[in-house]
Amino acid sequence: MTEQWIEETVNPAERKWEEFYRNRFQHDKRVRTTHGVNCTGSCSWEVFVKDGIVTWELQATDYPQLEEGLPPYEPRGCQRGISYSWYLYSPVRVKYPYVRGVLIDMYRQAKREYLGDPVDAWKAIQENPEWRKKYQEARGKGGFRRISWDEALELAAASTVHTVKDHGPDRVAGFSPIPAMSQVSYAAGSRFMSMVGGVIMSFYDWYCDLPPASPEIWGEQTDVHESADWYNSRFVAVMGANLNMTRTPDTHFISEVRHAGAKLAVFSPDFSQVAKYADWWIPANPGQDTAFWLAVNHVLLKEFYADRKVEYFQQYAKENTDLPFLVQIEDGKAGKYLRAGQVDPYTGVENSDWKMLVWDDDADAPKLPNGTLGDRWAEENKGKWNLELKDSLTGEDIAPRLSFLDQHDDVLPVELEFFGTDGTVTRSVPVRTVQTADGPVTVTTVFDLLNARFGVDRGLKGYDAASFDDEDVPYTPAWQEQYTGIHRDTVIKFAREWGRNGELTEGKNLIIIGAGANHWYHNNLLYRSGICALMLTGSVGVNGGGLGHYVGQEKLVNAASWASIAFGLDWGMAPRHQNTPSFHYVHSDQWRYERGYRDYDSLPDAHPENHDHTIDHQARAVRQGWLPFFPQFKDNPIELMRQARRAGAETDEEVTDYIVEGLKTGEIEFAIDDPDAPESWPRTWFIWRGNAIGTSAKGHEFFMKHYLGTHSSAIAVEPEDHGVAEVNVRPDAPIGKMDLVVDLNFRMDTTALYSDLVLPAATWYEKDDLNSTDMHSFINPMQAAVPPAWESKSDWEIFTAMAKKVSELSGGHLPGEMEDVVMQPLAHDTPDEMAQTTPGDWRTGEVEAIPGKTMPKFKVVKRNFAEMYERMTSLGLGVRNNGVAAHGLRMQVDDFYDELARKQPDKRSGGDDNPVRPSLVRGREVCEAILALDPASNGEIAHRAFEAESAKIGRDITHLGAGQRDTRISFADLISQPRRVLTTPTWSGLIGKGRAYAPYTLNVEERVPWRTLTGRQHFYLDHDRYIEWGEHLPVYKPRPDHAMLSETEQSLAEGQDGKLMNYITPHGKWSIHSTYGDNERMMTLSRGGYPVWLNSKDAVDLGIEDNDWVEVYNDNGVFVQRCTTSSRIPRGTVFVYHATERTVGIPISPRREKRAGMNNSLTRTRLKPVLMSGGYGQFTYAFNYWGPTGVNRDTFVYVRRIERPDY
Amino acid sequence: MRVRAQMSMLFHLDKCIGCHTCSVACKNLWTDRPGAEYMWWNNVETRPGTGYPTGWEDQDHYKGGWHRDEKGRLKLTLHSKAGGLGKLFYNPSLPELEDYYDPFTFKYGDLFNTPQQEHQPTAVPISKITGKEMEINGGPNWDDDLGGSEVFARNDISLEGVDDTVRAQMEEIERVVFNYLPRICNHCLNPACVAACPSGAIYKRGEDGVVLVNEDKCRGWRMCVSACPYKKVFYNWDTGKSEKCILCFPRMETGHAPACAHSCVGRIRYMGVLLYDADRIDEIVALPDDELLDAQLDTILDPNDPAVITAAKAAGIDDGWLDAAQRSPVYKFVKEWGMALPLHAEYRTAAMMFYVPPLSPVMSTIERNMVDLDLDAERIDFELLDQLDKARLPVKYLANLFSVGDEEPIRKVLRMMLAVRSYKRCQSVDQSIDESTIAMLEAAGLTEELAEDIYKLTTIPTLDDRFVFPPYHREMSIEAMEDVMEHKGMAGFGALEAPHRGA
Repeated sequence: MTEQWIEETVNPAERKWEEFYRNRFQHDKRVRTTHGVNCTGSCSWEVFVKDGIVTWELQATDYPQLEEGLPPYEPRGCQRGISYSWYLYSPVRVKYPYVRGVLIDMYRQAKREYLGDPVDAWKAIQENPEWRKKYQEARGKGGFRRISWDEALELAAASTVHTVKDHGPDRVAGFSPIPAMSQVSYAAGSRFMSMVGGVIMSFYDWYCDLPPASPEIWGEQTDVHESADWYNSRFVAVMGANLNMTRTPDTHFISEVRHAGAKLAVFSPDFSQVAKYADWWIPANPGQDTAFWLAVNHVLLKEFYADRKVEYFQQYAKENTDLPFLVQIEDGKAGKYLRAGQVDPYTGVENSDWKMLVWDDDADAPKLPNGTLGDRWAEENKGKWNLELKDSLTGEDIAPRLSFLDQHDDVLPVELEFFGTDGTVTRSVPVRTVQTADGPVTVTTVFDLLNARFGVDRGLKGYDAASFDDEDVPYTPAWQEQYTGIHRDTVIKFAREWGRNGELTEGKNLIIIGAGANHWYHNNLLYRSGICALMLTGSVGVNGGGLGHYVGQEKLVNAASWASIAFGLDWGMAPRHQNTPSFHYVHSDQWRYERGYRDYDSLPDAHPENHDHTIDHQARAVRQGWLPFFPQFKDNPIELMRQARRAGAETDEEVTDYIVEGLKTGEIEFAIDDPDAPESWPRTWFIWRGNAIGTSAKGHEFFMKHYLGTHSSAIAVEPEDHGVAEVNVRPDAPIGKMDLVVDLNFRMDTTALYSDLVLPAATWYEKDDLNSTDMHSFINPMQAAVPPAWESKSDWEIFTAMAKKVSELSGGHLPGEMEDVVMQPLAHDTPDEMAQTTPGDWRTGEVEAIPGKTMPKFKVVKRNFAEMYERMTSLGLGVRNNGVAAHGLRMQVDDFYDELARKQPDKRSGGDDNPVRPSLVRGREVCEAILALDPASNGEIAHRAFEAESAKIGRDITHLGAGQRDTRISFADLISQPRRVLTTPTWSGLIGKGRAYAPYTLNVEERVPWRTLTGRQHFYLDHDRYIEWGEHLPVYKPRPDHAMLSETEQSLAEGQDGKLMNYITPHGKWSIHSTYGDNERMMTLSRGGYPVWLNSKDAVDLGIEDNDWVEVYNDNGVFVQRCTTSSRIPRGTVFVYHATERTVGIPISPRREKRAGMNNSLTRTRLKPVLMSGGYGQFTYAFNYWGPTGVNRDTFVYVRRIERPDY
Repeated sequence: MRVRAQMSMLFHLDKCIGCHTCSVACKNLWTDRPGAEYMWWNNVETRPGTGYPTGWEDQDHYKGGWHRDEKGRLKLTLHSKAGGLGKLFYNPSLPELEDYYDPFTFKYGDLFNTPQQEHQPTAVPISKITGKEMEINGGPNWDDDLGGSEVFARNDISLEGVDDTVRAQMEEIERVVFNYLPRICNHCLNPACVAACPSGAIYKRGEDGVVLVNEDKCRGWRMCVSACPYKKVFYNWDTGKSEKCILCFPRMETGHAPACAHSCVGRIRYMGVLLYDADRIDEIVALPDDELLDAQLDTILDPNDPAVITAAKAAGIDDGWLDAAQRSPVYKFVKEWGMALPLHAEYRTAAMMFYVPPLSPVMSTIERNMVDLDLDAERIDFELLDQLDKARLPVKYLANLFSVGDEEPIRKVLRMMLAVRSYKRCQSVDQSIDESTIAMLEAAGLTEELAEDIYKLTTIPTLDDRFVFPPYHREMSIEAMEDVMEHKGMAGFGALEAPHRGA
């Protein structure tokens, strides 16, 4: 025996000191709330309050269980969320209103000179170029001064009133992202903007979170699985998504489903955090996943369709996809779908241009199935918009044929474009001939075209993919090697397993995909290549199968009621929704620095007419009604209305005629046609809940220059010849377009630092709000654990106070009721989807100028600035009269409106037979209104939504909501326990009885069409632009390389001494976007900065050692940080984890001799014009739903080591 | 048999996300104050890597833990029982601040207060200890996710014995890999910190085995800091006392999981009671290396064994604690299934936190510059099952961490996990359990029933399945000091005083 060293201590009396720690743990209050930070977490948290101070937070663990056999959701919450309490009392907290000293001095002086009128004073500053320059140049350079709330609100209101009066309401812009993360806070500003007539800027597309492939294929913005449904999958492919980093509270479903028998393959060029879970880690080269998946599809088509037919796949394809639909072959090329209007007996049917045909095996003839777009918007033959395989005209059964391989009239050569090194290839396609009014037409099926595209050997002459080893034939496993760096054998093995799993499980193949894939220029093609492999294995609309795209917290589950409030629809407003990518591309003048997309996009040579500048497409897209743009005209729209009235326009139609005439003659000019004219500038910019000038500013340094007029590290020069046809290029790009930038913030972030006015916002622990996500099916509340600290106020309080101030100041400037005319593009989920069979430009006379058909719509809106506050804080009767709407479904809610008005009456309303309105004065009241009037939280309204959907599709599906009809979810319910939302046809997942949410199960199981041209999922996209771009079928396009991007040439000329590398900005571990990244906890656990990650060998080549300082730069700007070297990073690529701030520990750049920038200092906005297509089925605009996205991953930089820089 | 109860935590490393939520939960609650800034009672390490404090496993340098001398006697590595006094004022094995890191923050206030100037203001880094501007050169998680891998991962001491070629390849794409290792105090059965304390200030609680530094008795000699081979005792420079992970006893006493376990988003942590035979500790920690692991596991007693129950009751362990021990998820993993192992049993402290070692992806090869996964041509669902040497994480490395260098216990656990996965795949995809599946289970030492049990506790446990806490009977502890009724009325009155420096 050894000697006795250890003895336990038992006696409590010897351990009294233990209370030292017990006392620390004791607390006074625990409050349920969450974090509103666009992380998709929507986690239920408990905040612990001790002595009136928030001391820490821990996750709530009381989520209701979903169905048996699924792991529970608890605990949700991550390292970032749990460090939030640091912010409340930290030195970076904005406690008081702040303004730039130089500006407030001017303002006070001007106000004295103008007899105390704030609007006149503001005008005086704006009309004095020297003054304007002086305070603009001071932006971001310190000199903040504390002011009173009253003066702060006055300044913002003065700028707002002045902008509306002198320039027009559409020069007031508001940016705030992701309403789902704090719905009331978002709505505060957007409701304010809606009442003012200001511009409400989108975010989902700008953040590049919107996957354009989703509307392309499904007609849907995004609809994805809640994370519990991952557990139903049996083969998970994770691509461009680092789940541990970005879906931290959901990741356990992935680690767990492996133990339930699922395989996991992770695609990532670096050995990422999620790769550690993988069975197969596939390090495909950055941005080259498209090639991999195209080859997977090649194998699937060969082995599961050509060599052997899988009954489940065949049936799925016929019922749920456009594979059996007929496409016309013209001049040896694939063209448009065959339309009902071309073929007897359908020539005279309603909406015949918008009904597509399949080949019926029984009749051996083309037939018109139910469910196409023409059925959706039918006025006469209603109730046919469903996916039953029946003839839309006769009701007879249809047996669609997938292929003409065994039964063709001919086999024709069809020319297909391949990009990169491949050029054009001719393939044989089996065809049938159809008699039409215009003579015989040759058709084939989408399926046959798809096989041609993939070069699948089906025994037809002209196919030269002799085997998977055929390197020269796209898209074989051997072909993809040159792009992905992945061996063909791995691709083949993967594809076989994918097909086999799909077959055995009937579609439990899941792709989890994210920003790593979506931030590339050709993201739509990358996504389509993977979605193809899902559709070919019958995996979409199946629990545990399909595409889980997780980039951004876009799912505002109670969108129907919320939108009425957020966009002032209750008061008859027509919100000015702006797609932000276009807004910033144009207004921050980034368009001027490039020669247009032709440098880096790939188009078939056959269409030289498209070889112009991106901004030309942008301008045409606006005048053709495809995209919005604000300011809409160079005129003030309020002034324009006065002119129209003076000219005798009495009705709204006459006003529209007046505008159309003016546009045709050129007397009225679109602002987009002269974007740099002072009349076209945005003037007053409100930013809240986001980092618009900082982390979300792609091309940040151009924002600095052209918006703010302060220092910039961009050295890019404009081309001598811009090569622009449609818009006026003014000789000098304007510097400092913005009159006033106002930021509502709880912390001094980059945007706050560069704003003129910073208003202290309440934190998520200090206000009432609602939060929802697509990662789970609960709605979570925010609650005030403590009152707003110091002088902070909730966003709702701030914007309603601002409205009051605007009402106050408007008196002499914007008196009484006035009219505004709002320009709106053709809209998704409306009959506008049938506007343009072929695109045409009215300006060149190709088509007539018809508002709502060939050009935008114009809507007259009445504004009353004096009553703005009262309207803003009261739920208008529009909701009572018109109900609420989402996804093309409208529900009456008048009874619940009145019930709500009894519970929270607006004392200012009622009397004289007018109904009492519900009050929206307090944030809590807004929460209650949202919950009471939405189908996701009110079972009776859900029932009404099912009734509306049943009527549309001609099938009774009200049984889906039967069990929940009496359910009502109130705010009090949410704070007692997370509540699961209800099943509603405003979404596509069936979630009764605890079933996990999987998108499109409603479509597959209840035969509800997708909101597309054919009503099915689309492999083929026949919009003219897609055909011209060569993107009508899935296709590989090469990544833009540095020589195409013209963003490194000036840096090279500057005398570079670094190495040229691809620069990517994946989502990081220590922040959610920029939030948390500056906090002490996360800084400590990372490396006290925003490291530049380099491959260890690349580092050696550059003479860089771990933790050395490095400078990363290109023509767009410069970034200086310390370096982290690692063997898990691929060579040739430099990582800077997304969303850095330039507020914390940023030195002076030795090269550019200014304060170094942030991650977006190196990027530049580049738009993909094909994504501007509009007026055609699913290619029709909706806010955050459709349009070009703010891609940022195709960026090249120089990297070099530097000595320790100065601060 | 002297039966004692130990609250034990289990970490299922195959599920660890590496998110560090646990670390922040702990920091918020316990070490967010002057003198404790640099302490991370809970930390998460990327492995391979050198951890926190850096290189803590280098006992040649730090002299932590125990060793067996030539005569087979157990010796504290730091010093002999008497020799400790000689080191009171000079202890070269004590970690320096640089071995942890110099805690930093930033001058955020400058963003508000800087007068208008030529450049944008920035919040420069400053030391939290001196308040002065500093250059950041270290942190508590510096080599996270293979950061600085050629400095840190390459020099992981636990890679010793891993084939040199394999080690070199681990810096190439064919084999690069990492995993995470969360660490708290191991609340050892034979804690070196307790033994090393000259003041007798450190003790192991009788009821739950929690090892605590008595803040009233501590004199700040810091021998515990050195002696703990896991470097989980820290010196508070403000109070002049040592502090360490308290296993959140105030939370456990009130039925809450420790903050780190509660907040674990990967759901990797389990907690429960283990009963052990305290009489055997001294004997088993002095065994030769190759016997250590089995012997330590052997001291853990079966809570359903009538003899154990009788002895436990005799030792004052009540029915509630026995019930908790019988329902303990940790017991299932550690003893029933043999899937969990202690960290570095060779330190001979009989660490009582346990780890399920992780799986890792299959390796790849490079052919014609193309990455090719090292897969068999014919289909095997989880190809590593019989080919564990194709796993990216070398088995030898895991063995160095969890099984005193012996690969067999690691292979056994990994095979079990893969067999359960294969079995569940057959069940849910092929819809059939054929004989070859049964044979595969048997080869891994499993039955269908066992596989189901392991599956359930691994993937779908509820909060109550993961954390089983015994009734602490605080009223009885309080009663030992004062009348409980009186305590009810008096609780919370009076001022709390922090321990005084040098008290």
